[in-house]
Amino acid sequence: MNEPVPVHPAPVPVLALGDILLVSLQGELHDGLAEQLQQDLSHRIATTGVSGVVIDISGVDIVDSFLGRVLAEIASTARLLAARTVLAGMRPAVAITLVELGLVLPGLTTALDVDRAMEVLSQRGR
Amino acid sequence: MMQPSGQASATTVPVGSDADLAWVRQQVRQCAAALGFGLVQQTKLVTAASELARNTLVHGGGGHAEITPLDNGHARGLRMSFVDSGPGIRDLELAMTDGYTSGGGLGLGLSGARRLVQEFSVETEPGRGTTVTAVAWVTQVPASRSGLG
Amino acid sequence: MPHDQDATASAPQLVGSFLERRREQIAQRWADASLFRSVFTVSRDEAVEASKAVVDALSDVAVSGRLEDTTAPGYEPVREQLGRMTQNRARAGATPAGIADEVAALRTPTVDLLREEFADPTAPQAQECVLTLTLLLGTLRLVVLETALDAGAEMIERQRQQLLEVATPVIKLWEHTVAVPLIGTLDSARSQVVMESLLEAIVEQRARYAILDITGVPTVDSLVAQHLMKTVAAARLMGAECIVSGIRPAIAQTIVQLGIDLGSVLTRASLADALAYALSRQGIEVSRAQTGTNAR
Repeated sequence: MNEPVPVHPAPVPVLALGDILLVSLQGELHDGLAEQLQQDLSHRIATTGVSGVVIDISGVDIVDSFLGRVLAEIASTARLLAARTVLAGMRPAVAITLVELGLVLPGLTTALDVDRAMEVLSQRGR
Repeated sequence: MMQPSGQASATTVPVGSDADLAWVRQQVRQCAAALGFGLVQQTKLVTAASELARNTLVHGGGGHAEITPLDNGHARGLRMSFVDSGPGIRDLELAMTDGYTSGGGLGLGLSGARRLVQEFSVETEPGRGTTVTAVAWVTQVPASRSGLG
Repeated sequence: MPHDQDATASAPQLVGSFLERRREQIAQRWADASLFRSVFTVSRDEAVEASKAVVDALSDVAVSGRLEDTTAPGYEPVREQLGRMTQNRARAGATPAGIADEVAALRTPTVDLLREEFADPTAPQAQECVLTLTLLLGTLRLVVLETALDAGAEMIERQRQQLLEVATPVIKLWEHTVAVPLIGTLDSARSQVVMESLLEAIVEQRARYAILDITGVPTVDSLVAQHLMKTVAAARLMGAECIVSGIRPAIAQTIVQLGIDLGSVLTRASLADALAYALSRQGIEVSRAQTGTNAR
């Protein structure tokens, strides 16, 4: 069971859907990659002037305090750049674990899936 | 550390980089799944491992993790030890407090990880290093069922 | 002197070979004892076969000399069978102590057979063999008692799990609205199941609103309140809003007296109020139908 350590630091793809940026996180996210994403996103929001960011984490099987902090910081940064962030698709096991961990991400808007996140962003303009 | 006889052997994983953290998480997930931990417990264990391994990396300057399957005759369990030979923790009580941080995180590393497992202990000596050990046992809670058609 | 036996052989070895030689007769007698008879009711042959397996195990243990060791490897082949037997007896209402007595009842017919082996049953060697056999059967009694207690614990555990499952149904009240009516005491294990089932239901039903109705919960202490708040927080992380309904006046008072802050939790007096809230937030209006349209 000792396969080589899987290292695939492919950057996380960021999709522009009209006025909204959609980021879909999948599987293992290295710390470095998460920080890279944080920078990329800030840059994209600032240069494109989008009004919303949707981060889809339905493919993520753990969120620890590091990734939690990165997500919260993305949302805060986006807010400063006049964009709203919605965290979509958190799995039940991840939600239970985050609550036990004591990480309830108070400043983040959440949605059940990407569709709902889009709905949230279109309903309440700033 | 010697394992008592009759136990499956431990898997030792180095903790020296980001990629190692990912490897620790994968090993813990595999081991927990093989032992019959449910999805929620697996997620808690992997998250705790991630927190503790990051502590080892960031505060202990790296070290190693030891993942050991347990069987006490009644239940199966998993023990994870995170060992570093870094500066140690000067004020353990403070370090165990929610929100306390000396790194860049949210200060939930030790205190948060402790809430995700059943047994938790920290051995530390200033200048000598720190070993954090966490144990969880498979709890027999029925798989959740919503009862909806 | 036993037939064709070496006078120098030890008592355990003599007993071991006695059990091996006379297994057929011993098994025939045991098959009539209540322990075997009441378990293997379909055919007597089955009871005899089961008895033989136990006799073989005892013979093995005797030869190995581990007379008082309940973990002697000789018991391994029959452990599962003994487990099934004790479970069967337990289901029929026998207590572990009662089952142990049934094992003890196997002693007399076996010792009688052993005595027949000796020309002089009062000779020291004969007495030593009887003592050895008694010791061996005493250990068997412990092995059976052990499996009986394990089986009991297993049964309690199984029942507890069944109870956990039936006690936490998640109900779809309306499109995108689910509810769990909680009834009885909320301990940690149950809270865990409630939380998991509710969150799974939120995903399955794409629920926007989840109602935790605690009308049937007798008391809310700080631990229960904490569990409720955790469930609410987890549902929120998934993008659903949680409403706690059915807080009776007495419970509301306790919550206030305990100084528990449920401030961040949305509460409603009754399940109906909670549903009305969830519906109105989704823009659904409930109104009385026109008289006349529902006249038929």
